[in-house]
Amino acid sequence: MKPAPFDYLRPATVADALAALAAGGDDARLIAGGQSLMPMLNMRLVTPRTLIDLSALPELRRVEVADGWLTVGAAVTQNELLARPTLATEAPLLAAALPWVGHFQTRNRGTVGGSVAHADPSAEIPLCLVALEGEVVLRSARKRRTVPASGFFIGPLTTARAADEIVEAVRFRLRKPGAAYGFREMGMRHGDFAITALAATVEADRIRLSVGGVADRPTARDWPRLEGAALDEALNAFAWDLGGDDDQHATATYRRTLVRRLGRAVIEDAQTELTP
Amino acid sequence: MTALAAGTRHPVTITLNGQPRTGHAHPRTLLSDFLRHELGAHSTRVGCEHGVCGACTVRIDGVAQRACLTLAVQVDGRRVDTVEGLAREGRMTALQDAFHRHHALQCGFCTAGILMSLADWLVRVPKPTEAELRDMLSGHLCRCTGYAAIVRAVMDVTGQTTESVHV
Ligand code: FES
Ligand code: FES
Repeated sequence: MKPAPFDYLRPATVADALAALAAGGDDARLIAGGQSLMPMLNMRLVTPRTLIDLSALPELRRVEVADGWLTVGAAVTQNELLARPTLATEAPLLAAALPWVGHFQTRNRGTVGGSVAHADPSAEIPLCLVALEGEVVLRSARKRRTVPASGFFIGPLTTARAADEIVEAVRFRLRKPGAAYGFREMGMRHGDFAITALAATVEADRIRLSVGGVADRPTARDWPRLEGAALDEALNAFAWDLGGDDDQHATATYRRTLVRRLGRAVIEDAQTELTP
Repeated sequence: MTALAAGTRHPVTITLNGQPRTGHAHPRTLLSDFLRHELGAHSTRVGCEHGVCGACTVRIDGVAQRACLTLAVQVDGRRVDTVEGLAREGRMTALQDAFHRHHALQCGFCTAGILMSLADWLVRVPKPTEAELRDMLSGHLCRCTGYAAIVRAVMDVTGQTTESVHV
């Protein structure tokens, strides 16, 4: 369980990192916190020729609030964001979901941008990004572009990021006035991969339910303020659309059951907060 | 830009438990292996090498992290603390004492990592609830103690009592 040999590059600026990435082509891999990539390197699931370390780039370590967005630099760690004193007012969903990301020790090194770039279908941060209708800021040596979360996640570990681009920042929409949020997760143990994770946003005239761990990417659905049997029916239809697969952790049937049951529960959590 | 070739061993200097130490590492060398094989700091254990068991947890610039998910070359110039650095002048810390008193270790394989996590975490959460503590401990696997004695030791050293019925 040791990585295969690679050259190690630690650029001092994002521009240097982009030049190295363009030169490295398909044989280069970016590393930020490495909490997903390092196990893959150790198991030799990936064997890059060059590793480009983004973790120390000051340009990627900023958190900003402006124009209705919480913008998190790609190398900000999950625990750094969680420790932000204003997070619960700026993005209550993130404050609720981040403690579920891995463990204390991995959140100390794992980054927000890295989790989004890795795009595990059951990961909490990509789920929050979809739930909060966020964006991913991508930068290459040629240009910078912004991709909405709904178009960024394409499938398991697959995103719209091109080979010469880095995730520069991840942008979450700030809490909307009059909106309430809920988060629930089912896993084998706290800190394990989610079998199913759910995020609800409830507003005066809208419910948005986002689900991770069932489809091949985090997926959201919007409804008017459904209740009772109508909500059950909508949840059932959503569960079937998400599909899901059997794997060593759970069956697809169980995952769909969680969408129906926990979907209702997480929506009710948010509703209670909206009208206590 | 720092550029280190795959086939070469590069000098890496860290402040290990307050002492400057230099060794050599290939870019692919894990911090856990660098500490054990290059610097002879054997207290840091290696269990799974994919971030799950927590045995290799050390503090880097004070922050508890997995040494098996960190490259030695990434910590060049930084401070690394391992369990060897906890005791001062041959005297164990209050936390280590509490582990001893409560029999919070049996084989001890997991203990160094748990102590290093706690050394960081208890600074941030000085009076944890038992639920918070158990959540933090979920980042460590201990196959001997069933965690009960570990929970007792930490609650004791933070001046609290355990609530669990099954302890
Ligand atoms: S050896 Fe590092 S977490 Fe298991
Ligand atoms: S004391 Fe043996 S694994 Fe924890």
